[in-house]
Amino acid sequence: MGKTIVEKIISAHAGRDVKPNDITVVDVDVVMAQDGTGPLAVSQLKKMGFDKVKNPEKSIFFIDHASPSPRKELSNSHTVLREYANNAGMVLSEVGEGVCHQILVESFVSPGDIVIGADSHTCTSGALGAFATGMGSTDIAVGFALAKTWLMVPPTIKVNFNNSLAKGVYAKDLIINLIGRITAEGATYKALEFSGSFSKMMSIEDRFTISNMAVEAGAKAGIFDSDKVTKAYLESIGKGSFYKEISADEDAVYEEIIEIDCSSLEPMISKPHTVDNVSPVSKMDKVKVNQVLIGTCTNGRFSDLKVAADILKGKKVAKGVRLLVVPASKQVYLKALESGIIKTLIESGAVVESPGCGPCVGVHQGALADNEVCLSTQNRNFKGRMGNPESFIYLSSPATAAYSAVKGYIADVREIL
Amino acid sequence: MDKKEVITSDILKGRSFKFGDDISTDLIAPGRYFHLRSNLPELAKHVLEDADPEFAGKVSDGDFVVAGRNFGLGSSREHAPTIIKMAGVGAVLAKSFARIFFRNSINIGLPVLICDTDKIDEQDKLEINLGQGIIKNITKGTELRFSPLPDVMIKLLNDGGLVEHITKNKGFNL
Repeated sequence: MGKTIVEKIISAHAGRDVKPNDITVVDVDVVMAQDGTGPLAVSQLKKMGFDKVKNPEKSIFFIDHASPSPRKELSNSHTVLREYANNAGMVLSEVGEGVCHQILVESFVSPGDIVIGADSHTCTSGALGAFATGMGSTDIAVGFALAKTWLMVPPTIKVNFNNSLAKGVYAKDLIINLIGRITAEGATYKALEFSGSFSKMMSIEDRFTISNMAVEAGAKAGIFDSDKVTKAYLESIGKGSFYKEISADEDAVYEEIIEIDCSSLEPMISKPHTVDNVSPVSKMDKVKVNQVLIGTCTNGRFSDLKVAADILKGKKVAKGVRLLVVPASKQVYLKALESGIIKTLIESGAVVESPGCGPCVGVHQGALADNEVCLSTQNRNFKGRMGNPESFIYLSSPATAAYSAVKGYIADVREIL
Repeated sequence: MDKKEVITSDILKGRSFKFGDDISTDLIAPGRYFHLRSNLPELAKHVLEDADPEFAGKVSDGDFVVAGRNFGLGSSREHAPTIIKMAGVGAVLAKSFARIFFRNSINIGLPVLICDTDKIDEQDKLEINLGQGIIKNITKGTELRFSPLPDVMIKLLNDGGLVEHITKNKGFNL
């Protein structure tokens, strides 16, 4: 019997052939936590008596959620991470470096790896053909200490993306559409394997967006084959030698196969307060927006900022709308600066914030007032997510977000394309 | 952290506090209290605040959180099950759980049970036999079964959680 990508990777790390629903201990290649989950991992490491970690070069603390720190309690938590990382020889990603998931794919993850992180969107790295999944602080503390974890091998659902997207429709619309179709728990305990003719044509950044949101369908992982797009990306960041071809066997067994005709899709929105509460923009009333956020681990990459800048060039953000832009990493920020994108965004009225999670986590840099509406390119719109349970979050692609910022309400970007 | 050991032969007794579907970790441990993650007793005073602002004041030791589908969806924050446990909750019962929340709960020794929670109303008195998989609804005089936990998770619960399991076995022994 053939294997899915996830079954291959877990088998290789377990040292035996595994099948879905097996429980196994595996070696892990990359382990990480961020400033919201890392301090608890440190206290668990200390409780177990570990002042060193097994694989320090691939053990990382990211300071990205409250970065730079808005208050002393969080500054003190950052100190906990800095001190532990320093003593253990771990990697510390400092204030301003960017969001953990973006730095992982820029610097740490290779195809075929197992990556575990104390952050639910760790699944982002699946776009590189790695098995990457989110866990809690205690699991991650054990991962740091032993470079091992236990896993249940997830059954795989294959999603075939067929045909190309129409103009004005992006990877974000595709994944929102999929989540609406299978619901927020449609892939719980399962892996999603993305395939089909269009997935081969997708850029690596589009793949990051898709894998990033796998967890919003409950999935344990959201994985792509590694292919020439993956190879070209790794070469572009000086990691060409880490390329490894990984794909499912022809006779792999899937729990379900979902076919999606990309050409039939429209720009999509997730409405408050769940990601699977979806609607095409064309079927929505004109929802007035107070704040628009372009950024985060979902859509804060160069191509996202470029799409937004192309729409905003020569235009102004509507009166009464705050447009916040947060590059996902320092590298993204620099590239956007050099290409003039940042200037275009600022001239249109955007506020550009330092790389990191920004207002998505509800800690700082753009908390919403009561009854305010935010349209965001982030991955989640739960009640209270952006710091105020009395506010409303809608999710969209960067193009829809940029155009809506100009119009002042949620608008269909295809009007100007 | 106050950690009472959970043994799967325990009988848990308490009242039901009902919640709906899709109770996210943002509703359980809101992001606006991010700075309290380093002060868990204080964070626990806000447990489930955005789903029921009165909950933390009403719940007593041993009571149960009883919810609908996909309980605990969202972020990996282990603080969510941790503060539910610190508030005195004996177990969380739901029709289904999000994956990371489920795993985190077992790791920290909070029983999470999958059952038909439509059969339980607010403030029903329940007695739960973890080993036998039986929930007695004392108020209604009925009995419910819950899906058994995987053996690995029973082992972790019996050891008192993952930290205790690793410490006792000097590594994994699943």
